[in-house]
Amino acid sequence: MEVTEDARGRPPGVLRRLIRSPSGAIGLVIVAGLVFCAAFADLLAPHNPMRMGTGGRFLPPGGEFLLGTDEFGRDVLSRILYGSRITLMIGAVAVGISLTVGMLIGMIAALQRGFVEALLMRSTDVLFSFTETLIALSFVAVLGPSLQNAVIAVGVAGIPFYARTCYAAALVETSRPYFEASISAGAGPARLVLVHLLPNVLPTMIVVATLGVSTAILAAAGLSFLGLGAQPPTSEWGYMLAGSRDYINRAPWLMTIPGLAIALTVLGFNLLGDGLRTSLDPAARS
Amino acid sequence: MSALLSVRDLSVRLGATPLVEGLAFDLHEGEVLSIVGESGSGKSMTAKALMGLLPPKVRAEGRALFGDVDLLAPGVDPPRGTGIGLIFQEPMTALTPVLSVGLQLTEALSSHKICSRAEAVQRAVTMLDRVGIPNPRARMEQYPHELSGGMRQRVVIAMMMLLGPRILIADEPTTALDVTVQAQILDLLRALVSETRIGLILITHDMGVVAETADTVLVMQSGRSVEYGAAKTVFSTPKAEYTRALLSAVPRIDASRTEAPPEHRGVILSARGITKTFPGRTASQGRGERALDDVSLELYRGETLAIVGESGSGKTTLGRVIARLTDPEQGRVMMDGVDLTASRGRDLRRVRRRVQMVFQDPYASLNPRQTVGQTIAEPLVIGGGLGRAERQADVRTLLEKIGRRAEMARRYPHEFSGGQRQRIAIARALAAGPDIIVADEPTSALDVSVQSRILDLLKALKESEGLTLLFISHDLAVVRQIADRVAVMRAGRILELGPSADVFAAPRHPYTKALMAAAPIPDPTRTRGARPPLPGSYPSGALAEVVPGHFVASDPIDRPSPAARLTV
Repeated sequence: MEVTEDARGRPPGVLRRLIRSPSGAIGLVIVAGLVFCAAFADLLAPHNPMRMGTGGRFLPPGGEFLLGTDEFGRDVLSRILYGSRITLMIGAVAVGISLTVGMLIGMIAALQRGFVEALLMRSTDVLFSFTETLIALSFVAVLGPSLQNAVIAVGVAGIPFYARTCYAAALVETSRPYFEASISAGAGPARLVLVHLLPNVLPTMIVVATLGVSTAILAAAGLSFLGLGAQPPTSEWGYMLAGSRDYINRAPWLMTIPGLAIALTVLGFNLLGDGLRTSLDPAARS
Repeated sequence: MSALLSVRDLSVRLGATPLVEGLAFDLHEGEVLSIVGESGSGKSMTAKALMGLLPPKVRAEGRALFGDVDLLAPGVDPPRGTGIGLIFQEPMTALTPVLSVGLQLTEALSSHKICSRAEAVQRAVTMLDRVGIPNPRARMEQYPHELSGGMRQRVVIAMMMLLGPRILIADEPTTALDVTVQAQILDLLRALVSETRIGLILITHDMGVVAETADTVLVMQSGRSVEYGAAKTVFSTPKAEYTRALLSAVPRIDASRTEAPPEHRGVILSARGITKTFPGRTASQGRGERALDDVSLELYRGETLAIVGESGSGKTTLGRVIARLTDPEQGRVMMDGVDLTASRGRDLRRVRRRVQMVFQDPYASLNPRQTVGQTIAEPLVIGGGLGRAERQADVRTLLEKIGRRAEMARRYPHEFSGGQRQRIAIARALAAGPDIIVADEPTSALDVSVQSRILDLLKALKESEGLTLLFISHDLAVVRQIADRVAVMRAGRILELGPSADVFAAPRHPYTKALMAAAPIPDPTRTRGARPPLPGSYPSGALAEVVPGHFVASDPIDRPSPAARLTV
């Protein structure tokens, strides 16, 4: 009798393996904390983030205002909590745009081959040769500065990277015997993509996207810092960082706190992505 | 005579899991000891333990006396290279791609401070000549990628022999090589052993290689030694049940087939003038590699036609063209009056179901994210016209046909072994209701005992389902077991095509003869005559019928063989 490797019915859960890896567990805690803050900002925030003169100006952290107040006397803690909503939204929408369009391009190129493949992949190569910030900048320059446009710009700038990654992963899958067996059985393009290509490319793309969230958040914060993204009085972290630049000597916490918030978020998504990479790897499953 | 190496109670453990247990053997001067076993038997672990190359967390216990040094004692560094040389399976990875052959050969001599640089070069050249590498001086300047697989393995052997070891351990040294090259490398190893009186430990899964080379055999099964003795005794009167099973599972090229070939029931598929060129990967390859060069053949209803050839012969490409997974540049594949090569779109999707393929790699053959049931049901879903319950019933029937229980349908591929997966792949091919199955090396990745069961399954299904089988293989012994007719291919041409019995009994083409002579036979008592040399050039023109039904390539185009091009 040939031996079966495993008597269980399904591969051991991705979540379980994620929690077992140290980086995955820490990343998960940070990101979950962020999602919690964003979801319950209304309840958690002690003050209205927009209201000026809630307290005195430049109150240092401690006492009634846990993280101090800014130059208009707004509560920094409340602004950070509400800012997490915007940050998450930026990450999700920007990565959503890059991921959807990038995967479409990558999979079509891998399936079509020939002229379509050359056209799509050479175009992404051209986009690749510009830095993402430059693409985002020129996009905002055309559309005008606003948070919405900044997010779209960051999303578009990320497309070539996702397209390349997806193309490479899809090429591997399309050359596998199971894919060819399906072609032999008479499968049409829809079936090939939905049943064979997508489920096998998706784990790779999920990892890439998770890591990409932090890049997108940083890029959007950068645009806001330059005044091309979020406009006053939005409590966007990058904008908060930019606004407090003038007071770095007088009120250093005004710069430190949003900076730390961005750093912690980026770290969280990076660790989560790293943990997902190991736990989604089929080789780690046996 | 005292032993060169004396191993007692050798155990290898990973934590508490035993990988090798209580192994004992002796190796004498001028002796070839073969450690044989299937995958996971612990044969490679044994070699690694002796060389002190065990992976982290793996521990070895016991005694292995090499002279008066215990190789397994703590703190002992085995005399790698100078005392014991090691030859790996993959000759490409054993050589550094970025250094010239000469540098790699002399490096060890100078690093062990055995001789001066100039003398090292001289010794290296002599050794290359000894291992049968033509024009050794020019070879020294070349890089590993410029040499063929067989040449590379010769260089590795030369590298090991230069240091004058007392023992050579060769771990599957010929598994990655073509059969004609394998025969040459085995000849070389045997000659080196009798000349220099070193001891050779040959680790292999192939009983044929054992019989051709070994004086003593150690049969391993799941980490234990099940039989140890002189090769002739082990082969003629095997004591252990496992050895008997292993020997009976080995297909033999000299076995006679009992089944009569099926009577002709007409042509089901014919390929005419198939030509396929793959674009060159680098500029130096120019116009590219011609994988198939004006190949024509007919497939008769109900027969098993085997395509035999070495790597690069074009046999896989031909199978893929027939299954229409690769489009040829020229030529047509006709099946019952339908031109497969000209079909497009919806039409193609319907007709191609009549030719299904079983692939070599059982691990990549199944979608890891589909259950076995979903995999087998896929061709039924695509075919349409069946309800869910009917499909499930069909999947159950198919699983029974491949000799497996219906519960298997709910599980995922990663839970199954290579042999099981290959069965599932066969069931999926059957689900499309094909007339022809193209099986591309379906058993090459499997152990012999599993291989024989898969071959039996294919034979049985061919009969019960009325299939026609195109069987692609590099292994003549397997082909002998299953084929009614054989086509021998090399460099994109069919050189000989005829009834299996005729081709095996009286091969007519010089290349077929060389191929047959190179195939290892699991019988140590058989004395083989001198092998006919691999012809440097051979007829590869149009096929001419020499006996009714037996075709051999005729003379007109006389071209140098690829091997000849590589070595000169």
